[in-house]
Amino acid sequence: MTLLETQRRMAAALMVPLTPEDRIAHRAPGGLTMAKEAAAFIKPNGRLSAKERLEIYSRSYWFRLLDSFRDDFPGLAAILGARAFERLARAYLADCPSRSFTLRDLGGQLEGWLAQHQEFAGGDPNLARDMVRLEWAHIVAFDALAGEALGPEDLARLTPSLRVGLQPYISLLRLNYPVDEFRVKTNADREDLTATSNVPAARARRGAPRVVRPPREQVFLAVHRLDLSVYYRRLTREQFRLLCALRAGRSIAAAIATSFESSSVAPGDVPELLRIWFSAWAQFGWLTRRRKANGGSHP
Amino acid sequence: MDRRRFTTDYGIGIGLRIPHLNHILEKKPVVDWFEIISENYMVDGGRPLAVLDRILEQYRVVQHGVSMYFGSSGPLNREHLKRLKTLVRRTKTPWLTDHLCWGSVDGRYTHDLLPMPYTFEAAKLTAKKLRQAEDFLEVPIAVENVSSYAEFHASEMTEWEFLNEVVERADCGILLDVNNIYVSSRNHDFNPREYVEAVDPARVLQIHIAGHSKLEKYVLDTHDHPVIAPVWSLYKLAIERCGPTPTLLEWDDHIPSFDEVHAEALKAAQYIPEKVGVRS
Repeated sequence: MTLLETQRRMAAALMVPLTPEDRIAHRAPGGLTMAKEAAAFIKPNGRLSAKERLEIYSRSYWFRLLDSFRDDFPGLAAILGARAFERLARAYLADCPSRSFTLRDLGGQLEGWLAQHQEFAGGDPNLARDMVRLEWAHIVAFDALAGEALGPEDLARLTPSLRVGLQPYISLLRLNYPVDEFRVKTNADREDLTATSNVPAARARRGAPRVVRPPREQVFLAVHRLDLSVYYRRLTREQFRLLCALRAGRSIAAAIATSFESSSVAPGDVPELLRIWFSAWAQFGWLTRRRKANGGSHP
Repeated sequence: MDRRRFTTDYGIGIGLRIPHLNHILEKKPVVDWFEIISENYMVDGGRPLAVLDRILEQYRVVQHGVSMYFGSSGPLNREHLKRLKTLVRRTKTPWLTDHLCWGSVDGRYTHDLLPMPYTFEAAKLTAKKLRQAEDFLEVPIAVENVSSYAEFHASEMTEWEFLNEVVERADCGILLDVNNIYVSSRNHDFNPREYVEAVDPARVLQIHIAGHSKLEKYVLDTHDHPVIAPVWSLYKLAIERCGPTPTLLEWDDHIPSFDEVHAEALKAAQYIPEKVGVRS
C-alpha cells in the first residue's frame, strides 16, 4: 500500500461520523467493517486491536472539530438546543470537512449548507440562518485585515465624486431577528472574553442560556471591531444602504442617493445626518481609502 | 550540518497560552522565551497580532506549528507557507518547528498529528518537503517526534530510524519531545532510552517536556499534568547527550497559574550544566 493510499484510507475511516455512543463507526466508506478496514493498514498490539487504535484517532478528530464548532457558534446552539445543535454539527462536519490549515475557517460554509439542509435548522430556518450569519461575521471581525483608515481629519477632503471603502473586518447584515441581543444574552460569559456589544450591558446576564426565541424584527447591523474587541452596532435602514453602496464601490454622491431612496427622513435633515454618520464612522475607523487601478488610492 | 547557525542560549521557555496573557503583559515576568503556536497568529489582523506584537516587545519568541504536515503525501500548502513566512518576518524566530507527521489528504484536514508509516518512500517525500519549506521560509526548521497510538504494517524501520532518515535527507534539525517518546514507548512497547540514544545529538535544536495521562489500555498525550519522573529521566539523558539545549514545557489543558507552569518548566534547569553557551 502506498503512502497516499494509506493516508486516504485512514483519513476516510476516521472521518466517518461516530456512533451515537461516540464510538468509531461500524463500517468504513468502502463498505468493509471498520475492524477489517483498520486491520488492513494498522497493527494491533497486546492491549488494543487495530480498530481500537484507529478509534483513538477517530474520536480525537470528531471531538476536536466539534469543540471548535461549538466555540464558534454558541448562539446557534442556544437557538437549536444542545441535541439539535449536536446533530447539525455532526452532519455539517461530515458534509463539509475542513479544507483549511486553520480551524478558524471551519464554519465558513455553514450558511450555504444550512440553506440546503433546513431539516437541521430548527423551527424557524430564518432565525438559525440569521444567527449563523452573525456568528460568522463575529469571526471575521475578530481577526480580518484592517486597511488604512480615514480619520476625522480626512473627511474635509471627501468630495461627492470620490469613492471610499469599508474595512474588510466589517460585515453589514440585514437580519430578520434581533440575534445580536439574543447572542449577548445567551453568551454573556464568553462575551466577557472576546467581544463587546452596544446592546445595553444591563441586558446581558450570566448563567445557563435561556432558550427563548426572539420575536421577529428587522435589524440592520454592522459587526465590527474597535480597540481589538468585537462590537455589534445597530444601523438605520439608510445607514445600512449607504454603507453597502460605499462597499460596492459607488461614489459618495451615488451612495447617498441610494440610501435615501424611499426614505421617510426629511430632506432638510439629510446634511446634518450625513455629517454625524461620517464623523462617527471615521472615528470608528470604518472608512478606508479605496485603491485605484493604477495602485494609488482615493482620496 | 553547521550547528553554529542555531542559537543555543535560549534556556527554558514555556508555551504562550491565552489564560496567562494578562499576567504576562501586566507583570512582565522574567522568562527566557515563549513558544507560540504559529497557526494562532497566521491571521490578517485583530487581537491575535496586536497581543503578539506586545509580547515581541518584551520577549524572545520561537514559532511552533501544528499543521504543516510534512508527511502528508500531497504538496505543501503554498498559502500556508506564505502566511507562515509573513509571521516569521514578524517574530524573527531563530528557528521554527513543526511535527514529523501527516494530517491532510486530498485537501481535507484532520487537524491532528497522525503517525507516519516508517517507510523509505515516506522518509524521502517528507525530507523533500522539509527542504522545500526551509528554502522558502529562509529559517532553520526542526521536526518534532509525535506521540502515537497506532503502528502500520507498512513500516520498514523503527520510529527513531525513520526520524534519523528524514532529518539526514532533509539536513534539518530535531525538536526532541521526550514526553512523546515516553508516551509512544508505552503504547508500542519499546525502550525509550534506546530512542534517545539513537538520535543524532548534533541535530537536536530544541527539547519539549510535558505531562500526559495514563488510561486503562494506553497512554494519552494530554499536556495537562506536571512532568513525571520517567520523562525527567529521559530529559536528563537527552541533555547529557546533546548539551544545553533550548527547552520548553507544554501545558495545554487544565492550565494552572502562570507561576505554576513556569516553576514546572524551571525544574529542567537542574539537569542543564550551563544554560548559556554555543555548542561546538
